[in-house]
Amino acid sequence: MKILVLISNVPDTTTKVKFGDGNKELDVSGVQWIINPWDELALTRALELKESSGGKIEKVSVITAGSKVVEPTLRKALAIGADDAIRVDVEARDAYEVSAALAEAVKDENFDLILAGIESSDYNNSAVGGMLSEFLSMPSISSVTSVEQEDEGFSVKREIEGGTEVLAINQPFVAIVQKGIAINPRIPSMRGIMMARKKPLVVKEVSAVGALTEFDHFELPAPKGKVTLVDADNAKELIRLLHEDAKVI
Amino acid sequence: MSVLIYAENVDGKFKKYAFEAVSYGASLAGKLGTDAIALSIGEVAEEELLSLGKYGAGKIISIADSRLDILENAAYTKVIAEVAGKVDVKVVVFASNNTGKALAPRVSVALHAGFVGNAMSLPLEVEPLMFKKMVFNGKAIGYIKLKSEKAVLTLARNSFGIHESPKDAAVETMEIALDDSLFAVKLKDRHKITGKILLTDAEVVVSGGRGMKSADNWGPLEEFAEVLGAATACSRPVSDEGWRPHEEHTGQTGKIIAPNVYFALGISGAVQHVAGVSGSKIIVAVNTDKEAPIFEVADYGIVGDVMKVLPQLIEAAKELKEG
Repeated sequence: MKILVLISNVPDTTTKVKFGDGNKELDVSGVQWIINPWDELALTRALELKESSGGKIEKVSVITAGSKVVEPTLRKALAIGADDAIRVDVEARDAYEVSAALAEAVKDENFDLILAGIESSDYNNSAVGGMLSEFLSMPSISSVTSVEQEDEGFSVKREIEGGTEVLAINQPFVAIVQKGIAINPRIPSMRGIMMARKKPLVVKEVSAVGALTEFDHFELPAPKGKVTLVDADNAKELIRLLHEDAKVI
Repeated sequence: MSVLIYAENVDGKFKKYAFEAVSYGASLAGKLGTDAIALSIGEVAEEELLSLGKYGAGKIISIADSRLDILENAAYTKVIAEVAGKVDVKVVVFASNNTGKALAPRVSVALHAGFVGNAMSLPLEVEPLMFKKMVFNGKAIGYIKLKSEKAVLTLARNSFGIHESPKDAAVETMEIALDDSLFAVKLKDRHKITGKILLTDAEVVVSGGRGMKSADNWGPLEEFAEVLGAATACSRPVSDEGWRPHEEHTGQTGKIIAPNVYFALGISGAVQHVAGVSGSKIIVAVNTDKEAPIFEVADYGIVGDVMKVLPQLIEAAKELKEG
């Protein structure tokens, strides 16, 4: 059995966001790139599943779409423990284009389980996992907080509106995962970093499909007004302010 | 042409977020000079279906097929895409909740429609459509333009509100042929949260951080939440320590919420935390450290020990609610 984990290359969470070219694109100067936090949890769970499968899961692959600049992020995924990596060589401009490219790259690879983080911390669309499922005509389960391998198939827990469900499903399927799937992401060990250099990183070319959306421009939110402080001995005043001025309670 | 709004029911009832999506879809249809049609999937009583008319749906399409009692993304996508084809759809609107996030991206591919996740406004331009949305976890706003004829969007929660614009709505039942191959999941267990205000639904949220000091100190925070009719939440270190369940973790990789008021009690306000709550209308912070970053995003604050402040807040809130 083979697992594929989708990886998005995103600016570090603490990045001070700036825009260049007339606010038309992110100014990437000085930006540190990381594995999207949700994808890091997905990768962590994929490795746990492989390790506890008694050899049933032979391989965990990672994939991303992008130019050569995204390779350090794929190498990091390899250092964490993925067996091989695929870079789909396309400068995709929206989630549709990313998903179409990923779909073309993996459609003949017969992955049994595809794990995608529910959201990426750059454009916050929550789109690629679902789109890829549709392109591949695969079943998908979203808002997944647990994936367990059973004797046959998998047991998957997901959040629904107002509760949770436990589902049984046979591979192949796509799980779009969130917090709970793993708690703390794995980090690369020294040995992992050494080994990652020798692991395969395949570059795949795909045909261009074109994006269906584009950002016209960006802006930074208006600076927040100064905080109104209330004395700690007079905390009741806070409730009055929230009721009478802010009118929120 | 039409705007199609997916109105999700929970046990046969529509919730606030479904009414918000319909309100939004109706305003959007008005802007485009077209009709707002709501789509309901599953067993829902006629009277409940008609309640969507109050928020501007001119027609309600109802599809009840017992196989759709469980959310099967591929099958739901097929249903929504087929209906979209029948009503010559221009835009499909989903609420941005677990279900909307599961379905909207699939539907966008099925319709070859550009996708906008977490739209927070009506279109600023109509030709081509342009929407506003948060990017980089709320650190910036992006203006996203459609290059396709059709669009699919999810509406960020609490970003539009509920607006009444009553229409004489009619219910139309429809049947969509669904191949068995579209069904893959089998329900083993379903657990409903009852008697508790859901974090994602709540207008008031009371949240605790490391400043609460231990798992045993949560009593006053829960009491404060109860008095206010609020949901409880927590920061990541708190759920990682096991002081509170993971479902309460708010912030990046946890829940993203947008209540009217968010109480951050003993939370320092790391960027990862703020990412999950920056959509809140009012943020209130209580922290002993006056330099804590939470005060940079808070509207109201108290510099002090949360365990000393909470009893006063509870008392004042009780007086307010009883008065």
